[in-house]
Amino acid sequence: MTALLPLPDAVADLIGDGDTVALEGFTHLIPFAAGHEIIRQRRRELTLVRMTPDVVYDQLIGAGCARKLVFSWGGNPGVGSLHRFRDAVENGWPSNVELEEHSHAGMANRYAAGASGLPFAVLRGYTGTDLMRRTANVAPIECPFTGQELTAVAALRPDVTVVHAQRADRSGNVQLWGITGVQKEAVLAARRCLVTVEEIVDELTPRPGAVVLPSWVVTAVAHCPRGAHPSYAHGYYERDNDFYLAWDAISRDREAFAGWIREHLGAAV
Amino acid sequence: MNHTTEEMMTVAAARALRDGARCFVGIGLPSTAANLARRTHAPNLVLIYESGTIGAKPDHLPLSIGDGVLAETADAVVGVPEIFNYWLQAGRVDIGFLGAAQIDRLGNINTTVIGDDYRAPAVRLPGAGGAPEIAASSKEAIVVLRQSPRSFVERVDFITSVCSGPTTVITDLGVYSPDGDGELALTHLHPGVTEQRAREACGWDLRVPRAPKRTAPPSEGELAALRALAPRRKAAT
Repeated sequence: MTALLPLPDAVADLIGDGDTVALEGFTHLIPFAAGHEIIRQRRRELTLVRMTPDVVYDQLIGAGCARKLVFSWGGNPGVGSLHRFRDAVENGWPSNVELEEHSHAGMANRYAAGASGLPFAVLRGYTGTDLMRRTANVAPIECPFTGQELTAVAALRPDVTVVHAQRADRSGNVQLWGITGVQKEAVLAARRCLVTVEEIVDELTPRPGAVVLPSWVVTAVAHCPRGAHPSYAHGYYERDNDFYLAWDAISRDREAFAGWIREHLGAAV
Repeated sequence: MNHTTEEMMTVAAARALRDGARCFVGIGLPSTAANLARRTHAPNLVLIYESGTIGAKPDHLPLSIGDGVLAETADAVVGVPEIFNYWLQAGRVDIGFLGAAQIDRLGNINTTVIGDDYRAPAVRLPGAGGAPEIAASSKEAIVVLRQSPRSFVERVDFITSVCSGPTTVITDLGVYSPDGDGELALTHLHPGVTEQRAREACGWDLRVPRAPKRTAPPSEGELAALRALAPRRKAAT
């Protein structure tokens, strides 16, 4: 039975210090509100997993929540660098963050293996790159049928996956649509999951092309209107591109960043 | 009409996309050029973004590769594992269109770190994203980047991506492609660019043909279409 919880309770119940936590959402439906709650509750030593770390992980890293980052592309899309991520990697501020980096195809297949209950996935990728040398959880493998050399990537099994969706019903069945990214795989790969939603409705109206997560794979649902802002929720609000642009200046400076976290999240850095 | 070197680079990149091709579009300049091509000579260019949007027809330039306008105008929206496995890896993409921070003499691409020490880099770049598989699995690759001795280097600090098929590199100074032995060589100089300038902005002893071709300057139509795309984009640069 899915628990319908206020967001602070859901984060307190599901996410502990030292956990491996994946917040997914490919540009669309990024669970920002949940990320902010993790910062407010001062979670520490997290292994943060996410294909595109984006601004939400810039905030978590800058606030000192991360011990390790598993990812494939860490930038502010269309804008430039993630300055808190860079400051942690280049200068160790606020602390050193260990990196495990992949390609998008590698990360997507790692989630798919986790969701499939397999120890690894196979793809044609990473060949000839230095990623192969630098990254654990990637290894060459020979096809037993053709002898082709392919690449194996280890399954990802987060302790907790957090995603944002448009709607859930009162039983905790979840529906999301538009760009659905890798959310289904990330939820099914995880030991437990939290879904924040724009709306809780009496009945989910079927939508062509929507991903539906039945309540029995969803640990908890929290009602968070605008919980994906400044990313977007298709059919509800658009991506706040101005915020992504503004983040560049806020995040460039440690003081400005700490001030923003204090002012907007009521949390100390 | 006068044009900037950036505009020349974008127009040259757009021209490299033939009508009807299926093009996997990276973020930034590739997206601008691909959308310009669709508005000029290649109205049937199929734009594929790694967010899972196939056949996107945005009416303005998206800031990210996952803006809502891409999903709203796409022929199909699929998940991220599917876009990489079924569509890219299986060989359904004609042209992989990428940006880069560094490219080297042998055409290796770096978008990961600048500096000798991976663990303590001088500059931490965003990383691989979709590029390794876009470069390896597309039938051909086009790479766009601004050219300087820091971006055109003898050897990249980190090999993020390796292009496996025919490759064209387009910069603000000219156009390059690999010779038979794999070394990048100049093929075209953009208007007003001297051979000397191209050599100075290259970190290795650049091969230049006896009479490099000249890129045609942007037409009025191309520039007008590019500038009409620009307003939404301006805020991002």
